[in-house]
Amino acid sequence: MMAFRQLLARDLALAWKEGGAVGITLGFFLVVVTMLPLSLGPDLNLLSRIAAGVLWVALLLAALLSLGRLFEGDLEDGTLDVLAMGPLSLEGVVAAKGFAHWLSTGLPLTVMAPLLGLLLNLPGEGYLILIATMLAGTPAVSFLGAVGAALTLRARRGGLLLALLMLPLFVPTLVFGIASVNAVTIEAGSALPPFLILVAISLAAIVLAPLAAAAALRFQVR
Amino acid sequence: MPMQTLTQRLANPTRFMALSAQLLPWLWGAAAAIIAIGLYMGFASPPDYQQGHSAKIMYVHVPAAWLSMAVYALVAASSFGFLVFRHPLADVSAKAAAPIGALFTLLCLVTGSLWGKPMWGAYWAWDPRLTSVLILFFLYLGLIALRTSIEDESLAANLTAILAIVGIVLLPVIRYSVNWNSIHQPPSVSRLGAPTVHPDLLWPLLTMAVGMTVLFAAMHMKAMRNEILRRRVKALRLAEVQLAGGYARQPAE
Repeated sequence: MMAFRQLLARDLALAWKEGGAVGITLGFFLVVVTMLPLSLGPDLNLLSRIAAGVLWVALLLAALLSLGRLFEGDLEDGTLDVLAMGPLSLEGVVAAKGFAHWLSTGLPLTVMAPLLGLLLNLPGEGYLILIATMLAGTPAVSFLGAVGAALTLRARRGGLLLALLMLPLFVPTLVFGIASVNAVTIEAGSALPPFLILVAISLAAIVLAPLAAAAALRFQVR
Repeated sequence: MPMQTLTQRLANPTRFMALSAQLLPWLWGAAAAIIAIGLYMGFASPPDYQQGHSAKIMYVHVPAAWLSMAVYALVAASSFGFLVFRHPLADVSAKAAAPIGALFTLLCLVTGSLWGKPMWGAYWAWDPRLTSVLILFFLYLGLIALRTSIEDESLAANLTAILAIVGIVLLPVIRYSVNWNSIHQPPSVSRLGAPTVHPDLLWPLLTMAVGMTVLFAAMHMKAMRNEILRRRVKALRLAEVQLAGGYARQPAE
């Protein structure tokens, strides 16, 4: 548990201090959300209908941006080999790094999303559920993304490949995240069923994804 | 010598090459014959009372859809066999099946949208079943892309196998998630109770399904043979280079 906490603290320190990775992710999120009204025209009714979808897609793209570097630096400078020999199992290493990625990417994006919701004219009753679904869904993004990052670690053009591999796998997270927001803002139905499924996907990803990612990493550390 | 199980005996590449060389002509012949009969039965079958003759594209579309999923299951099963039991042929099977599966998935998408134009008035509707087949197609593309972009072949084989298994775990969730509201034909053959398809239409469909499955088996076996031969050529070249003193560079592939 000590090793887990230390690795988590190290990764968080790196994310916050090294080259403003968090700032770039948030900036990318803002730019993508800004481009859409520019391309669709400033129709506020249309924007308020598609706000949840736009925010979720932009969040996924912004998260993908930093996922590619999840293990890359550690593989290049040999840290990953040291971690593999350390007291923490590789599954634990993946869990710590996934958790750090969530704290440094998923959480800031979730905090920023309501602000961008204002730009997209998201109806007032949608903000609470938007924050809730993003809080519940972003762990799945970080942990499923860790599998993709581990698989594409030694691949040429790893970043592009990561996007091709991961976007189909993010479909359930995306669908249930948007469905629960829309249930409140558009259809006036119950947001609970899709929201609970989203929570289930996240919990399953937290448990299962480290197994798959660690299996992939084991083939790549010396 | 201890008794070997059937899979262990078939997993020997040399025995596989000998057996497949004998089987392949029969498979090609059977596929051609069954598909020819199926197509004739399909054309001779009465037109659908609502959809007319355009419903006949289902004799290609439905078997392609079945195969697109069955082949993915085969890729995942082969990957599992490779990761867990280290069967030498399992990875060859997974690698050979992926592009063929992608092809059947594409065939399913293309025939589906050709049928959709007169029926729904659009080549593409964002119907959940179409969407989930499209995502299956992306998964196939991901498998192929991951394998080609990793230089080390054995690493590529291991990582692609992991991706195939991650994919099959997520596929039911993806299908369920895009199934939030559907306009596609409800299943009419595999549902409980008697099929709702009239026997005149059902028999050509089943014949085509058998024919295309045999076709897949033949294509898969041929692709596996090619892959084994490619690996042998590569090993021979490496041996040649080593014999030449190790200074000569390996010729570009």
